[in-house]
Amino acid sequence: MRAIRLPEDSGLFSTLRAGDEVLLSGVLFGARDQAHSRLADLVAGGKPLPVQLRGQTVYYVGPTPAPPGRPIGSCGPTTATRMDPFTPALLKAGLVGMVGKGKRSKAVVAAMREAGAVYFYAFGGCGALYAERVRSSAIVAFEDLGPEAIYRLEVEDFPVVVAIDSTGEGLPAFLAST
Amino acid sequence: MAGRTVSSEALYRALKEAVLRMNVELPADVTSAIRSAFERETGRGRTALKYILENIDIASRSRLPLCQDTGMIVAFVEVGRGVSFEGEGLSSTIDRAIADAYREGNFRKSVVADPLNGRANTGMNLPAVVYWDFTESDTLRVSCMAKGFGSENCGKVFMLNPTAGREAVIASIVEAARAAGGNPCPPIVVGVGIGGTMDRAAVLSKRALLRDLDDVNPDPYYAALEADALSALNALGIGAGGLGGEVTCLAVKTAVAGTHLAGLPVAVTINCWADRKCRVEL
Repeated sequence: MRAIRLPEDSGLFSTLRAGDEVLLSGVLFGARDQAHSRLADLVAGGKPLPVQLRGQTVYYVGPTPAPPGRPIGSCGPTTATRMDPFTPALLKAGLVGMVGKGKRSKAVVAAMREAGAVYFYAFGGCGALYAERVRSSAIVAFEDLGPEAIYRLEVEDFPVVVAIDSTGEGLPAFLAST
Repeated sequence: MAGRTVSSEALYRALKEAVLRMNVELPADVTSAIRSAFERETGRGRTALKYILENIDIASRSRLPLCQDTGMIVAFVEVGRGVSFEGEGLSSTIDRAIADAYREGNFRKSVVADPLNGRANTGMNLPAVVYWDFTESDTLRVSCMAKGFGSENCGKVFMLNPTAGREAVIASIVEAARAAGGNPCPPIVVGVGIGGTMDRAAVLSKRALLRDLDDVNPDPYYAALEADALSALNALGIGAGGLGGEVTCLAVKTAVAGTHLAGLPVAVTINCWADRKCRVEL
């Protein structure tokens, strides 16, 4: 099992291979559908982004409300496939890692290969387990989107598996047929 | 038949408690099926099953929801003819129990009012999808599931040729699961509605999911079909989490209805391993 610190160790992503088990610690940016749509629009318009994506890793997540005394509620991965239309734009803006569940399109895999990016699988449905591995959570952009805002999460020993590596190789169930 | 009186307050309390529990504790039949999957899995999916079991323990201890997608409620209400319901209306009592459970449990409110225009969140996890049945009993029964949409988006309806037969039904179930891959959070539970009309088959596929995973269909024809479909799904190799392995599916459950001579509707509802369901009976 590899341990990787984010964003410091993102240079090591090229050494990861599909199927590797990894523990992520450090910073993940939580973002899902609406935030992706807005970020992709900004990239397309050549406008500045509200968060610097270069060298960063995004986590597809929409947590439950944080109960009193906890930084976050249940926070397992949501389906990455829905972010596919927006992902090439984010990779172009420097994104190098993605954490989620589900299949990625051929276009995303091609863009990942070009960017040297990695797609990690987080264990689907394990929201309570991941909640216990988040140290802090803060909204950093698009606050008006409520639960779909962009969050900066500090995580510790976040268990994931490399689903698609930077060479474009992937575990079969994560590669879409189109 | 002796008439019985059920108060809206009694239903409200029982249902709210059940919905609160449903999102943090899995029913015993589901946990036991996952444990048994972990014991026999030798593929990469074993790692996913290990974390799933750890997640089940953490959720139950911390009362954090098992999954952040605390779902949309699908409810089957069976109203016995001998029951007289007193107080608030039945429908609004059910809605209030759901809304209050989602607020008090810090569950995610995942329901939008209009599916297309604006998609504003109602903030109450309402409306629920509610089906009504009227029975000859003297009990009131509400059976619910918290349906996550990672898996719901993988559902399919097949309007088969009436002569297509048993193998085509199994092939349709396999096709739905194959297309879904790892998206619905396997190991999955599959509900299959066969017969009726397109809409009836879809409702039956949900009703079938209310069955205990370890029950055996009393009709030997469908018991065998369920077993064969389960084997076919587990031969796909998708495995827990889509990581690969022998256990892709925990159970296949069917429910059937009479249909038109010109058709054979088959609806497949896929549920994730977090097969959250509850029942209150008054």
